[in-house]
Amino acid sequence: MFAAVLVASGVMVISSRNPVHSVLFLILAFFNAAGLFLLLGAEFLAMSLVIVYVGAVAVLFLFVVMMLDINTAELKDGILQYLPTGAVIGILLLVELVALFGSWGFAPDVEAIIQSQTPPIAQATNTEALGMLIYTKYVFLFQASGLILLVAMVGSILLTLRRREGVRHQKIADQVARTTETVKLHKVQTGRGI
Amino acid sequence: MEPWQLEYAPILIFFAIAGGVAVAALGASWLAGRQKPDSEKGAPYECGFDPFGDTRSKFDVRFYLVSILFIIFDLEVAFLFPWAVTLGKIGLFGFWSMIVFLAVLTVGFIYEWRKGALEWE
Amino acid sequence: MVELLDGVIPPLLWRVLLIVLEVLAIVLPMLGIVAYLTYAERKVIGAIQLRKGPNVVGAFGLLQPLADGLKLFTKEMIIPTQANRGVFLLAPVLTFGLALAAWAVVPFDEGWVVADINVGVLYLFAISSLGVYGIIMSGWASNSRYAFLGGLRSAAQMVSYEVSMGFVLVSVLLMAGSLNISKVVEAQKEWGWFIVWQLPMFVVFVISALAETNRVPFDLPEAEAELVAGYNVEYSGMAFGMFFLGEYANMILMSGMTSILFLGGWLPPLSIAPFTWVPGIIWFALKISAILFFFLWARATFPRYRYDQLMRLGWKIFLPFTLLWLVLVAGALELTGKLPNMGG
Repeated sequence: MFAAVLVASGVMVISSRNPVHSVLFLILAFFNAAGLFLLLGAEFLAMSLVIVYVGAVAVLFLFVVMMLDINTAELKDGILQYLPTGAVIGILLLVELVALFGSWGFAPDVEAIIQSQTPPIAQATNTEALGMLIYTKYVFLFQASGLILLVAMVGSILLTLRRREGVRHQKIADQVARTTETVKLHKVQTGRGI
Repeated sequence: MEPWQLEYAPILIFFAIAGGVAVAALGASWLAGRQKPDSEKGAPYECGFDPFGDTRSKFDVRFYLVSILFIIFDLEVAFLFPWAVTLGKIGLFGFWSMIVFLAVLTVGFIYEWRKGALEWE
Repeated sequence: MVELLDGVIPPLLWRVLLIVLEVLAIVLPMLGIVAYLTYAERKVIGAIQLRKGPNVVGAFGLLQPLADGLKLFTKEMIIPTQANRGVFLLAPVLTFGLALAAWAVVPFDEGWVVADINVGVLYLFAISSLGVYGIIMSGWASNSRYAFLGGLRSAAQMVSYEVSMGFVLVSVLLMAGSLNISKVVEAQKEWGWFIVWQLPMFVVFVISALAETNRVPFDLPEAEAELVAGYNVEYSGMAFGMFFLGEYANMILMSGMTSILFLGGWLPPLSIAPFTWVPGIIWFALKISAILFFFLWARATFPRYRYDQLMRLGWKIFLPFTLLWLVLVAGALELTGKLPNMGG
């Protein structure tokens, strides 16, 4: 059921005419993916998907889509122009996928690998199972993801930061440094007023 | 189905009921109230003036920056959750690997602070 | 009675029915509590400002929330002509529905929880991060300048404070050692309430909670004086009512989270005789009320923050501070060997 809704909302993402509706369907799609994760028994991944993708990434998408006033009529004109290129790329991808699945085969010892790495689920919830692997066995991948985040941070700042001239900032130190010479404190009695 | 997965069934039902209550309240009120729309009521509120221009225009790029930074820190938090739960088991090595991870991100944080990306003008 | 009906109703259906009853047993009282929270707010603020507050409808004005509700209920629901109808109506439903749905994982007493999931804390965090959608959607769908600005501001604000909230959650989890909410509460039996150990985090969490629920002094999204009412300016009738109720339901939820994470949930303050006689749900309710009172008190006391101040507080003070504290807590626990789930 989740899969069906997922695919349906995926189709709606690309077919809706209003970009904001597309993003909303995308969010629905994320939710269904989270549902699928749950059914697969990966509850931590399901929740992270909701937190990170729905809670953060989709917010950014919404921001971008809402604020760029995209004229839907112009978009429709463009479709025909890009259709040939799109079709070629689509067909190429399809061929690749078919080729991949055609030659798909598990490595002979894959079962053994899976079993040796995952601590028995009966003992650990899957958050714990994840935690025990990420920070020890896969430590380099973990650090690499840290570096990717750093690059993302720096890159986004470089791309989007604009300085505005003539802005006056609040100087907290100056405010706090004011003495009683300029300020007079009154102790007001309840119900009286000054 | 593992037994713990069954614990999620109530959540689905809860969502259905909560949504149902909200929709029902809206719908019932739709029926209960007298609906008499007219063009003045339907106009966007701009303190009595006729609205001018389209509302959906481009806005300050800083909002994007905030949301990108938010994504990054949110991911960081997502990494921290399993770490917090298993710190007792993964011992000192796990502890230091997270410290290195945080240190890398702190470099980014200091960079954005110095650049003034956190200033709101 | 369960045995009697066993033969009549198939077990699966029976379980579903039971869950539905449980859910209704939470949702319906919650509606009443939300309504009376608005009454409490007016009374408390009235008292602080030396006024009487509502006192006409019913004894002590006790029927005031019902009268207000009825009035909103029978009002016309105006949908602006330029608005995006579907999204415009979805936004309040979402806000309100989410605020209710979060209660699925909250334990009211030992074992009194509808869905005892393993990642309950994450679930709450996820739900609270979704709250931003109702507001962005309403701001965008209304197609009105004030609403739009309000929605935008609010989105940036909620997002900023969520980061530090995440760090606070993690530092609590370090001590609890589980993402299951019931276990977080259980852990406070051994440690004592987490507020004792994590007082600064408690302060940060409560302030972030104020910001997340758009309460004074962080009510910039609504800012009557500049944005007339912010994101919900175009809403009227029950659609507005939904936003209003949603905000209060969120307040209660945040208080609930605070009392679970820091004040020991349903646990009595001391586990000796006179305190343990009182059932856990009453302790829980008392703690929630205390924090709610603080929310109302803050509203009567503080002026509104300016937007640049708000962003600075979130990003430049709370974020580094919570991160540092998190590392300190982890280090201290590691050094003293007091971590939960040691060995294994």
